[in-house]
Amino acid sequence: MNKSHTLCWKFASPAAFYPLAGRMTPMFAALALLLGLAGLWIGFFVAPTDAQQGEGYRIIFVHVPASWMSMVVYCAMAFWAAVGWAFNTRLSAMMASALAPTGALFAFLSLLTGSLWGKPMWGAWWVWDARLTSELILLFLYIGFIALQASIDDPRRADRAGAVLAIVGVINVPIIYFSVKWWSTLHQGASVSLTRSPSMARAMLLGMLLMALAFWMYAIAVSLARVRNLILEREAHTDWIKNALD
Amino acid sequence: MHWTDLGEFFAMGGYALYVWGSFGACALGLLIELLLLRRQRGKLRQQLQAHFDAQAALR
Repeated sequence: MNKSHTLCWKFASPAAFYPLAGRMTPMFAALALLLGLAGLWIGFFVAPTDAQQGEGYRIIFVHVPASWMSMVVYCAMAFWAAVGWAFNTRLSAMMASALAPTGALFAFLSLLTGSLWGKPMWGAWWVWDARLTSELILLFLYIGFIALQASIDDPRRADRAGAVLAIVGVINVPIIYFSVKWWSTLHQGASVSLTRSPSMARAMLLGMLLMALAFWMYAIAVSLARVRNLILEREAHTDWIKNALD
Repeated sequence: MHWTDLGEFFAMGGYALYVWGSFGACALGLLIELLLLRRQRGKLRQQLQAHFDAQAALR
């Protein structure tokens, strides 16, 4: 077994990961703050007014990052749930549980900011369109995952049940992403594509990417803080926890 | 910078409700999550401390 392999297993133990996560949380939080401030500055003071949507388009600087992160966090949650299921590693399953509330928050914010964008631009707060409906299903998947785990007392069984739901639900992520291509929709197409050059002004794109990175770092910081809480909760019977409190 | 004064900035070209509503909702959402996490952490530490104190008293 090589060195990085052993290191990986070492930090799979909650006792080793708890202090590491404690050191990483403020770093990711600081990154989130810096990137967020830069993103807001560019979003409000550098990015030009949109030719079609005036200043209303500035919702993009929170809407797109929240939507992206709702999908990224779901994939991360399903990944850790699957790892926990396959290798029976407690920490992976805790990581999945720690990601769920943050993912649900991003899905909710994506829908809410989308609604606040839809009203002035489409004239409707909500339409039963493929993009909006699949994002709503994503929110329900998160809520279902949290409720399912909360309803099962034995944590190991809750982990496994959650893992099944999380893994099956992954199918919804590409559906959200490609929904604007597969079905006719009011929703505009992908803001950024790897296959063609960006259609928006460079400052708009930069502001959006900075905000997306800020949300990403925030998600990591918050999930690490939450996984620490979960460790405190679940490992309360162990000896090392006692020292971890000081 | 293309805003001539603060009023124009807050008016957001007539989209104030939607733009500030979106940014405000996000800020509030993240803030609430942070506060809930902190409260949960405080509670857990308190519970564990009480548990360890009780254990120590028994010895």
